[in-house]
Amino acid sequence: MTTALYDIPGPRTRQRHRLYGLLSTALILALLGGVVYLLFSTGQFTAAKWTPFTYKGIQELLLRGLGNTLKAFALAAVLSLALGGVLATGRLSEHRIARWVSTVLVEFFRAMPVLVMIFFIYVALQAEPLIALVAGLTLYNGSVLAEVFRSGVHSVDRGQREAAYALGMRKTQVMTHVLVPQAVRAMLPAIISQLVVALKDTSLGYLITYEEFLHAGKLIASNLDYDLPFIPVVMIISPIYIGMCMLLSWLAHWVSQRQRRNPKVEAVEVAAPEPGTLLPGGHRPPA
Amino acid sequence: MNVLLDNLSLYGKGLLGTVELTVFASLLALVLGFLMAAFRVAPVGSLRAFGTAWVTVLRNTPLTLLFFAVVLGLPRFGLVLPFNLFAILALGCYTSAFICEAVRSGINTVPVGQGEAARSLGMTFPQTLGGIVLPQAFRSVIPPIGSTLIALAKNSAIAGAFSVTELLGVYKPLSELGYSIIWTFVWIAVGYLIVTLTISALFNVLEKRYGVAR
Amino acid sequence: MPHSHSSPLRRALAGVVFAVFAVLALALAGCGREGSPPVKGPKGSELPQYPVAKNFSLPASPTWVKAKRRGHLVIGVKEDQPYLGERDPASGQYTGFDIEIAKMMSAALGFPPHTIEFKTIASANRETALQNGQIDLYVGTYTINDKRKKLVGFAGPYYLAGQSLLVRTDENDIKGPQDLAGKRVCSAAGSTPYQRIQADYPKAVLVSYDTYSVCVDNLLTYQVAAVTTDDAILLGYAAKVPDELKVVGKPFSEEPYGIGVPRGDNALRFALDDALAANEKNGNWRKAYEATLGASGVPAPEPPPIDRYPAT
Repeated sequence: MTTALYDIPGPRTRQRHRLYGLLSTALILALLGGVVYLLFSTGQFTAAKWTPFTYKGIQELLLRGLGNTLKAFALAAVLSLALGGVLATGRLSEHRIARWVSTVLVEFFRAMPVLVMIFFIYVALQAEPLIALVAGLTLYNGSVLAEVFRSGVHSVDRGQREAAYALGMRKTQVMTHVLVPQAVRAMLPAIISQLVVALKDTSLGYLITYEEFLHAGKLIASNLDYDLPFIPVVMIISPIYIGMCMLLSWLAHWVSQRQRRNPKVEAVEVAAPEPGTLLPGGHRPPA
Repeated sequence: MNVLLDNLSLYGKGLLGTVELTVFASLLALVLGFLMAAFRVAPVGSLRAFGTAWVTVLRNTPLTLLFFAVVLGLPRFGLVLPFNLFAILALGCYTSAFICEAVRSGINTVPVGQGEAARSLGMTFPQTLGGIVLPQAFRSVIPPIGSTLIALAKNSAIAGAFSVTELLGVYKPLSELGYSIIWTFVWIAVGYLIVTLTISALFNVLEKRYGVAR
Repeated sequence: MPHSHSSPLRRALAGVVFAVFAVLALALAGCGREGSPPVKGPKGSELPQYPVAKNFSLPASPTWVKAKRRGHLVIGVKEDQPYLGERDPASGQYTGFDIEIAKMMSAALGFPPHTIEFKTIASANRETALQNGQIDLYVGTYTINDKRKKLVGFAGPYYLAGQSLLVRTDENDIKGPQDLAGKRVCSAAGSTPYQRIQADYPKAVLVSYDTYSVCVDNLLTYQVAAVTTDDAILLGYAAKVPDELKVVGKPFSEEPYGIGVPRGDNALRFALDDALAANEKNGNWRKAYEATLGASGVPAPEPPPIDRYPAT
């Protein structure tokens, strides 16, 4: 494998690499061993800490938390896609006022931390936790998705737009029949990646007492009766969170591969499966 | 308006806390990110695996969960640090995964021919790396790193819920004192805008000087 | 151009592995044990029953009218304060002295106690929750003070606690608040104990979390030297793990616990005051105390005089 950094290794380099490999494997195993030893020595695997998880009530508590997380995610995903569409339409509009208003809204909501918006809606507007969480997530992800949609429409080959206008289509028809279908197909990986960000951010609900997955975990972890099983709770919750996000990321990656082979997307460059973390004033992430 | 003028020191302390978190976590993230990127492009298999595991786990973990595990979990292993150090640790490690990906894709934009030409001229690995690959990679890596650090500045708001002095936490004492909630938040928002726009301006300057079309 | 080291196949495999794990977790839910894990600490005596008031009506209270239309009361409580307001994570049941007071009040207002919808609200969010109508009442170690009276109303007080300190059993340096100089002390964000230490003992290093259980957790892992809040709460924690924690010093403040109601709903407030007085007279208050807080080792005191302050 030739890269800019090194060539295909010869026999002496291969030996050296094998030596490095052995050394680094030994170091990593020592590190892992140290962590496992630490876990055992601080008594994280005692029966008292783990038996609560065998009770149905505890399992149902965790599942309910997971359900609430997914509920918040589904609501936020649908609403931010809708909001993104609306704001993108505004930004692509011919009318200066619509463009100006949408630009201000998009830039403002992208620059604000999500947590500040969620807290503002929860404290100042005194909304319920679920509504505050979904609203905050929608405002932020909707703005980012608006930028993704817009850059998608702009990245369609100019020829497509010119041909559509030459055939006598009006602006709305050009958008709905020619540009948007191609743009959405091309941007699908970036859209799904942004939804992964939304899923991760549902855990912010924990900070405004929304009873989601992390909250359910904390309830169990801070219980004196169960001997404060903090590490076991983390060991159970983390793989589930990581697994869910990995599934979505993998979906984005798979969609990206498929769309590259899709003949309907010839006139557009398919986006990378990366979330739309563009600088204000936007550079597109490379494919 | 009164909110700001009456509580300038409170807002100031919060802003300082946010800036401190951002600066130190950015440094940690850059160092760890470069290290992990080096692991991921190394010719040694186990280092590549470690780097990939690091990036995959941290990119797919919610930051709140990471804070939860670090601030409330590490003390059980005997590691007792002040809260803002824990926050810097959590933020830095989380962002390092994104920086690693940015740096790696930057290295990948350098054409293979550059490396081959350098080696055929007899340059050693450090010379190739320092004189040819890194300067070119650096140029194309500026916008993604800039947007990642802006995201870090915004994520620092989470630290407020874990007993760290920062800007968002300022709303609680102010709302108890009875000030108008809306104006309290307006000035908090302005504070965050100052931080993110500063980083954005800094990276715009860097890009104008060094940047190149990807 | 490769995006990552692992091929799509390997990523797919990883995704499938985690999906399988998730499904396993779901399947496991079917094979869990019934009931709750064993509880530490002494158990109280039998809980008293509260007869529901028949034909009770309070149209002057907008909160009561809203609850009547809904069919039940929504009461904010704490879920992590042993013997005062705690929730069994496995069954979701709330128990404790504050819960008993809530049940008493619900019965007096004409709602059967078993219909109450309890919501856990952290100390810092109590006023917000009452103001935005998320809850009708709040019964959760809610100290009455003038600053809070600007935001919410208070019925009661129904119990008089005092601020005290909780330390590890091997801690010999701290015998009272005067020994806190330079030591890390933990309390809940937005609580009166926190503000009192800030005002009266500024040399102490204050740390805050959103709940006391996290503070106690930090105390047990040597992150902080002491936890400060009302002695009723601290005695509950000490009763759970008497080998590891102890309460020290005499109470150094007066913390009257009240029932939080939305500000301006004076009809509700006076109705609750009447209900409290009635239950204190007929012995239910004492029985509830002995069934819950009494288990932490402190015999039942006299209930404090009720403060019917004029309508706001």
